[in-house]
Amino acid sequence: MSNFRQSWYEAGARERIAALVDTGSFAEFVGPEQRETSPHLGIFDLPAQFDDGIVVGSATLDGAPVLIAAQEGRFMGGAFGEVHGAKLTGLLHAAKALGRDVVIAFDTGGVRLQEANAGEIAIAEIMRAVAEARVAGVRVIGMIGGRAGCYGGGGLIAGCCSTLIVSEQGRISVTGPEVIETNMGVEEFDSRDRALVWRTMGGKHRTLIGGADVFVEDDAAAFRGAARAALARPAKLDLDTLAAEQARLERRIARFGDAADATDIWRALGIDDPKAIPDMPATAFATLAAQYRESADDAR
Amino acid sequence: MRQWNTRKALREERIAAGAGFATGKLVRPETLVDFLEAVLRPGDRVCLEGDNQKQADVLAKGLAAMNPARIHDLHMVQSGVVLPEHLDVFDSGIAKRLDFSYSGPQSARIAKMLFGGKIELGAIHTYLELFARYFVDLTPQVALIAAVSADRHGNLYTGPNTEDTPTVVEATSFGSGLVIAQVGEIVDTLPRVDIPGDQVHFVLDAGKPFYVEPLFTRDPAAMTETQILTAMLAIKGLYQPYGVRRLNHGIGFNTAAIELLLPTYGEKLGLKGKICTHWALNPHPTLIPAIEAGWVEQVHCFGSEVGMEDYLAARPDIFFTGPDGSLRSNRAFSQTAGLYACDMFIGSTLQIDLAGHSSTITANRIAGFGGAPNMGSDARGRRHPSAPWLQAGAEADPDTAAPLRRGRKLVVQIGETFGEGNAPLFVETLGALELAEKLDLDLAPIMVYADDTTHIVTEEGIANLLLCRTADEREQAIRGVAGFTEIGRGRDKAMVERLRERKIIQRPEDLGIDPLDANRNMLAARSIKDLMLASGGLYRPPSRFRNW
Amino acid sequence: MEILHFDIAAPIAAAGTRKMALVGVVASGNLEVLVERGDAPDRCAIEISTAAHGFRDLWDAVVADFVGRRAAGGLRIAINDGGARPDTVSLRLAQGVRMIEEPEA
Repeated sequence: MSNFRQSWYEAGARERIAALVDTGSFAEFVGPEQRETSPHLGIFDLPAQFDDGIVVGSATLDGAPVLIAAQEGRFMGGAFGEVHGAKLTGLLHAAKALGRDVVIAFDTGGVRLQEANAGEIAIAEIMRAVAEARVAGVRVIGMIGGRAGCYGGGGLIAGCCSTLIVSEQGRISVTGPEVIETNMGVEEFDSRDRALVWRTMGGKHRTLIGGADVFVEDDAAAFRGAARAALARPAKLDLDTLAAEQARLERRIARFGDAADATDIWRALGIDDPKAIPDMPATAFATLAAQYRESADDAR
Repeated sequence: MRQWNTRKALREERIAAGAGFATGKLVRPETLVDFLEAVLRPGDRVCLEGDNQKQADVLAKGLAAMNPARIHDLHMVQSGVVLPEHLDVFDSGIAKRLDFSYSGPQSARIAKMLFGGKIELGAIHTYLELFARYFVDLTPQVALIAAVSADRHGNLYTGPNTEDTPTVVEATSFGSGLVIAQVGEIVDTLPRVDIPGDQVHFVLDAGKPFYVEPLFTRDPAAMTETQILTAMLAIKGLYQPYGVRRLNHGIGFNTAAIELLLPTYGEKLGLKGKICTHWALNPHPTLIPAIEAGWVEQVHCFGSEVGMEDYLAARPDIFFTGPDGSLRSNRAFSQTAGLYACDMFIGSTLQIDLAGHSSTITANRIAGFGGAPNMGSDARGRRHPSAPWLQAGAEADPDTAAPLRRGRKLVVQIGETFGEGNAPLFVETLGALELAEKLDLDLAPIMVYADDTTHIVTEEGIANLLLCRTADEREQAIRGVAGFTEIGRGRDKAMVERLRERKIIQRPEDLGIDPLDANRNMLAARSIKDLMLASGGLYRPPSRFRNW
Repeated sequence: MEILHFDIAAPIAAAGTRKMALVGVVASGNLEVLVERGDAPDRCAIEISTAAHGFRDLWDAVVADFVGRRAAGGLRIAINDGGARPDTVSLRLAQGVRMIEEPEA
């Protein structure tokens, strides 16, 4: 265990930003000293957090100016509330106005139950803001590798990003494992079978099935490198992109719709020993993925 | 004329009665309940395995399904009350009296049943103590045991989770009792013979492995800075100055943090080879990095741990393994090792009072003793010297001439001043005393007695009770490390300062430790996955710990 | 939520020029501590927002210990508490002081 490798999974929102950006380049918008806290949590006798669980601001990444957001997964599970959502919406509006690329470190279980209406509205506003920014030529790069994963409305937003970077620990989905089990029964999906959860929603599977674009180690430096590379990728969003995405999804469901488990999909992709995937080290997996994965490059 | 073979004759009767439900030694599984009703007698003393980890679960279910009109008032003697069936038999009247050691998973229900008069309590023991009584006055007449597999002669393979079985079988079989084994499968050739067939009378093919509780896996991801601080204090303030090579760690996050700090903090202090070389310890996954880094020479295990089997088999230089390569554990011998061959026990507890008595009993939960009191006690029968033992003895009793001055085992309680649910570790009156009153017990169930306890370690510092000369000094030494609890806030500040000058209390600063330096980057592994990687993929963590 | 205010003498003055420091996260058993510069160099003002009611005495003891041991003079501190233990509170306060004394990033 190298103590020099900074785990992305372990890091908090502010530590992730510090690891990503050029030293001293981060300027926070609506910082904690502004005390823009949730107007709703007090009613439930729940403590607020000064930044409402999301840190946003501007910075440079290897000299390139970016706008950056990082969710704090340990505060209310990183869930979207009114202020939290508004900060991200505002950041994306600024991105469009300034023509600056955006990097978002997701770590969210979705929308806060206590602020459900405001949260859902925020998700919709954010998705619209992502689309408008992208149409204006802005890249929106999503990074997923935290404890809360990227669920619910967060998963929907992630699906709108121009590039998704994911680690093994990261999970991307809309519905969470427990809700699937409650609604469909434990035989269909046993949420306590964590190996199953990660096979179905985890970073490796998302990479192989085209739900994420870049697979990295659980290492802040690796996330930084991938973000840097993503900033150099084209990021147009137009009708052609949408048509390509539709075609990709239709092809995917035709090809894999009957698969009972992710290992069946991996086998269908041509991987000889699909059962070895979950325990495979990151570098070996990235090499394998590059060869066998379903890409979504022209459909993002 | 007195008959001298009545016990053997009774066993022959039982075997004859059971034969109708078996083919040779093999019980026909669909007749299990009838079989048990045939071989048991009302009032029998029965040992049901009920170990710390492995459970003869199919036999337990069979026992609980018997007709209480036929078999009733059994006297259960077992290490662990773990499965619901272990208490169901008392509910239905199949069993009446209980002697046991540990009841962690059933601590709430057993408390209710004891208060409600559904169980006649013999006594709560430590493991070794109960084993000892199997050979004196609690010899089982029937033993229901669990093994991995059997051959057609009744030879048994118990594998990594051998645990209590050899002890139970020795007492029962040679005491003319009946031994019935549940196994996962019948094979032609066993990997090795743990229990010879002529000690076993009946075998039931359960068709599936016995149930095992995973108990010793502590997720490094859950370790806090405070726990890391207490671990640093322990290593620098105790392990180093006493030079502790031979030890036992009780299970808990504080001790797991110590294990994970050996290759990092311990290395920084230059302690490799000087401490923590020989262990009586269950296979804690958190010890993997220290083993891989060369800190450990040998470990004897009480039992096994789910997911560790392949790692243990791959490290036969370190662990006790059979000719088949798999671990051989033995609770009785490991308990003895902890008692006599270790210089330190360090573990956690729920409550400590002003004298220094500690207990895990609270009003609504009775978890029993398990093995801790064996480890956490000074073994007065010990005769061989060692440096830490002699050093502790000299601190306790500087006035006696050295040749007549026995040593002392280091018995350390470690924990944060506020525990689960922000409950204070330090209390005026132990819950155990209230329990003794409620159940009319002769003795309050104390886990580690004050006069055995040598040190207390919290995030506020280390209290060395060996150096205390009066009850007052002892009380203030305890208050002096009790942090912001009511007990801690009630300290005599001046006296605590004087105790600090005499090194009876040592704060982190006194040991050159800055609490702000205690952070998770010091852990040699910060996640279950890190532990798996450290083991080269040999450690296979149970599903509940995966995040990949 | 219970709101507690402390305004007490703090004999050791905080160093450094940073305007603000933030440590911790509002999660179960944890807390966030926002440290800013106050007016009087020999006093410390602390405001605590907590859902755990009735622990004023305990906070009192922790705060008294903090100003006695750490460079808390001239600081204004705001806490959002997620039900943290006293030793965690002490640790975060000490981390906050260390951070605000660090040179500007």
